Amino acid sequence: MGFDNLFLGFSIAVTPFNLFVAVVGILLGTIIGVLPGLGGANGVAILLPLTFTMPPTSAIILLTSIYWGALFGGAITSILFNIPGEPWSVATTFDGYPLARQGQGGQALTAAFTSSFVGAFVSIVLITFFAPPLAEIALKFGPPEFFAIQLLTFSSFVGLGGGDPLKSLVSILLGFVLAAVGLDTMTGQLRMTFGVTELMKGFDFIVAVIGLFGIGEILLSVEEGLRFHGARTGMKLAVVLDTWRILPRYWRTFVRGAFIGFWMGFKPGGATPASFMSYAFAKRFSKRADRFGKGELEGVVAPETAAHAAGVAAMLPMITLGIPGSPTAAVMLGGLIIWGLQPGPMLFKEKPDFVWGLIASMYTGNIIGVLMVLALVPFFAAILKIPFAILTPLIVVVCAIGSYAVHNSMIDVWYMLIFGVMGYVFKKLDYPLAPLVLALVLGDLAENALRQSLIMSQGSLTIFFVRPISGIIMAVAVFFFALPALTPWWRGRRGAPRPVESAASRH
Amino acid sequence: MRAADLVTALALMLVGGVVIADALRLGIGWGLEGPQSGFFPFWLALTMTVTAAVIAVRALRRPTSRPFVTATQLRPVVAVLAPAAAMVVLMEGLGLYVAAALYLGFYMRWVGRHSWPTIALLSLGVPILTFVIFEQWFLVPMPKGPLEAWLGF
Repeated sequence: MGFDNLFLGFSIAVTPFNLFVAVVGILLGTIIGVLPGLGGANGVAILLPLTFTMPPTSAIILLTSIYWGALFGGAITSILFNIPGEPWSVATTFDGYPLARQGQGGQALTAAFTSSFVGAFVSIVLITFFAPPLAEIALKFGPPEFFAIQLLTFSSFVGLGGGDPLKSLVSILLGFVLAAVGLDTMTGQLRMTFGVTELMKGFDFIVAVIGLFGIGEILLSVEEGLRFHGARTGMKLAVVLDTWRILPRYWRTFVRGAFIGFWMGFKPGGATPASFMSYAFAKRFSKRADRFGKGELEGVVAPETAAHAAGVAAMLPMITLGIPGSPTAAVMLGGLIIWGLQPGPMLFKEKPDFVWGLIASMYTGNIIGVLMVLALVPFFAAILKIPFAILTPLIVVVCAIGSYAVHNSMIDVWYMLIFGVMGYVFKKLDYPLAPLVLALVLGDLAENALRQSLIMSQGSLTIFFVRPISGIIMAVAVFFFALPALTPWWRGRRGAPRPVESAASRH
Repeated sequence: MRAADLVTALALMLVGGVVIADALRLGIGWGLEGPQSGFFPFWLALTMTVTAAVIAVRALRRPTSRPFVTATQLRPVVAVLAPAAAMVVLMEGLGLYVAAALYLGFYMRWVGRHSWPTIALLSLGVPILTFVIFEQWFLVPMPKGPLEAWLGF
């Protein structure tokens, strides 16, 4: 590699138009992150149709900027309103909201944004260095390796997701089943359409994302009686500068959080456990551990650093392997296909301007992002003062527009409503939604990889275990699948009590 | 909670059963060009049905007193869902913009009891803004009805 590529990237990302796109994206993204019922994944999904006529690099910059904005926006609601917009913001509320209640909201927000920025930045630097060699290795992958990686993706939801392993498994399988509806690309046969023409096209995951996360989330929040008890922002330049003077004290927490985040983040579903893990480590090593949970600044720094590092790291498998690490990355992957790009390792060879433009825009986007949110906090906080009888129908209309625009089809709007009800029921019953969406995205890819592998081996499953790379990945995947069964047994042997699962299982 | 858990698990088992039946029709074995169409769905659906069955049995054994949803919780949910479904029905005939205007106006008045000027401003302003952004700037067409045709779009 070399820095030529990165310079090429910056020459693309720092054009006036692309900087403008980044600013718009972050503004929209932060609003999306602040609003209940809209988050990174469905925000990106709803705005995806607007990018159809844009050049691909500007389009991906818009979508990634929305993502960064949504990540920043999650911190605002967590700290000021005690509402974690995303599951990985839950840990931020532990100390962020008490700080805001004590009138230290400005300090907490500054710490959160700065930590997010640092976490994201470390992850981007790591991506810059790791992505090219990883793509190089991935070029040698055959169908068995790709299938093994996909299995690993899903095994980590079951083994590390923190929720109910059986329900995670059902979510994954349901996603795959829904993905299989429609035309079988390998044999040309129609599957599970039962003579209904509308089912021939299958289910689009973008519509599923909008329904499950958008409508489902709105239904959940009106049920809880959407009421916000906001603390004052207390955001002043002096507060920002004072906080920046304090923050270097927590450099260990920053470093630890960033690496936990990156390490957990490039595996799917990693952001939430990463934020909790980082919080737990910070508490254990802190001299003021007893202050945690009552309004300790380090308790904001730790989860925010890790969550953003993980959020950025989720982009690594997307650009190198064509396998998304999070629902938001999955929507972006869908965008890549719509813009006529083939996601996967070949992108580095065929479209270096796109890949490096994207990587460079991660730097610029996060720099612009942290400055914008610091400056505009009062504006974003004011959004939550809009009465919910206005906000709710507005979000429903926006979701309907987004669903229709994907294929210009009314049936998708109906699917959105159905997925919305499904999202509401599933979330209440602790069926995780993220693995369902990823399975819906990866369904065809995974099935083709499996069938091609079996054709290569004349129908023998041993092909996955005898090839070295796929063998190792398969072994890890099998281990993760077995983890929920192994953990109680292992704990029992050590005589340790089972820890209480915290809010980590929310998603 | 238990009843909802049970019903959901049974519904998932039903879906699994339907998929298994269709997979068997397509063939789940080895065809001329490798695994047949039904091969992948069959094993997915089988695993899903078995797992859902375990969840159902577990739900039966573990009683909870917490209800899935109370009447006071359900009312606002239906209040969002029913008008939203009505809007989608209207979208088919009247197009998105008119349907959205009616839906916004109705919800703001019915649930929020907002004043008529506010309602008029938002329920007309939002569709017009959407029209400008989607149809004019980004050239993404939305479903249109008689009003748009009358206006010449």
